[in-house]
Amino acid sequence: MPLPLFAHASPDAPVAFTRDGIVNAHQFLADVHSFADRLPDAPHVLNACGDRYLFAVGLGAALLRGQRTLLPANHTPATLERLTQTHPGLQALTDTLAPDIDLPSLAVTRDGDPHDVPFAAPVIPGDRIAAVLFTSGSTGDPVPTVKSWSLLAASGRNEVAALELNDLPTLAILGTVPPQHSYGLESTVLMALQGGFAFDAGRPFFPADICSALAVLPRPRMLVTTPVHLRALCASEDHPPEVDLLLSATAPLSLELAADAEQRFGAPLKEIYGCSEAGQLATRQLLASAQWRLMGDIRLRQDERGTWASGGHVPGDVLLADVIELVDRERFILHGRTADLINIAGKRTSLAHLDLQLNAVPGVRDGAFLMPDDEDDRVVRLTAFVVAPGRTARDIQDGLQQRIDAAFLPRPLHLVDSLPRNTTGKIPREALLALAARLRKHRNTP
Amino acid sequence: MSTATALTDHETKLAALIIEALNLEMAPQEIDPGAPLYREGLGLDSIDILEIALVISKTYGVQLKADDTDNVRIFGSLRSLNDHVQQHRAK
Repeated sequence: MPLPLFAHASPDAPVAFTRDGIVNAHQFLADVHSFADRLPDAPHVLNACGDRYLFAVGLGAALLRGQRTLLPANHTPATLERLTQTHPGLQALTDTLAPDIDLPSLAVTRDGDPHDVPFAAPVIPGDRIAAVLFTSGSTGDPVPTVKSWSLLAASGRNEVAALELNDLPTLAILGTVPPQHSYGLESTVLMALQGGFAFDAGRPFFPADICSALAVLPRPRMLVTTPVHLRALCASEDHPPEVDLLLSATAPLSLELAADAEQRFGAPLKEIYGCSEAGQLATRQLLASAQWRLMGDIRLRQDERGTWASGGHVPGDVLLADVIELVDRERFILHGRTADLINIAGKRTSLAHLDLQLNAVPGVRDGAFLMPDDEDDRVVRLTAFVVAPGRTARDIQDGLQQRIDAAFLPRPLHLVDSLPRNTTGKIPREALLALAARLRKHRNTP
Repeated sequence: MSTATALTDHETKLAALIIEALNLEMAPQEIDPGAPLYREGLGLDSIDILEIALVISKTYGVQLKADDTDNVRIFGSLRSLNDHVQQHRAK
């Protein structure tokens, strides 16, 4: 079934707030057409734009041309090398805010003339592959999740309904999350396009920047963010601008932070639960209930392997990596990750994959990662133990930086003589925790 | 890790705050005041930078912003970060 690129009914309806002013739906349409004409023939592009509006122009143009937009979880040399092997001729769409990326690049421009294009939202075949998101699998190879346009469009519409925004004629969305991450893609770009709303093109970082960006947006307005940013906002801003809705995802919030944020911003705080493979699955407002409510027609079922999601905008049948307790058809309680899985600030990997990468660093004879216990609303970092005679911690970190996302770089990295392997060669987590405690004590009592 | 350049008292205090906030498990004197904080150098990422912004706001009353100043320069080293904080401190 063909589905429109955007839901804005009027050519004057805002789509984006940029440094150069408001971009309306007609201008967006013209920019998408103009850039689509400039895209070279290729089956795929990697969209690395740092400006959310230019990202959306690149995404729309690729959709019109039938090109897949690749969204890798990171741009490390190892990831890009694998991607170019599997996607020959891969080019990156960039802008002045894009990170340096070691690929042939094409700058996304906004030079469309609305007079050239009559106003009508382009309709795109639902089965056209729109985006490919990558997560790191246990072998280290990026595992693709393929999203058709019908799934992405449905995701945007289902989120509008789940957050009870159907009746809003306008909404200004400010995101602190990148549009390349599934949460950022869904809750800023897709929700705005499919809800007939508008997003801010920026991606403010410091609390003061988030507040000044919010203050100039018209109401109703919404902040799409993470526990990390919320914690910083609540700790440093006594009187942030009022918003109409707060949205958080990537990690569950504590009750204290949720209450504090609602009070400071004068708005309900809702959370999204999901993952790159399945997309967003459920919402909750923690102050009302700790139970999650599934979006749209999504259903969960459980078997001996775990909990599976299907229906709605979920591509097929997806095994979830979390421990889940079903309450009824629509509701569930989240009990945390399964043991091997690591989630740091919304970036996901497995201990098995990290250990593999660590042991592949030149000079490493043996090495293991440890995920310490969670602290409320704080990002907990990994610890690594490495046997590497003649190498410095710095050598090992440099090697890791080439292989894994910065979020997973160990802190601290301990150089040790041997690892506490048991008789079967395994390293029990308890043994690593004990080793970490010993090293810490040693450090504090020189 | 270079210990060639000695830290001033202000730099030592800021270094200690950063080390505590980020669980770096090192001594302030182990930070080279001229080395980059971000990525290379201490290997910090954006989440750390947010943590640092938080302790700086609490301790010195200085709100870091992305657009009014050159953050690449400010976070270029412990020394440049400390200079910025000392120039703008309200506490």
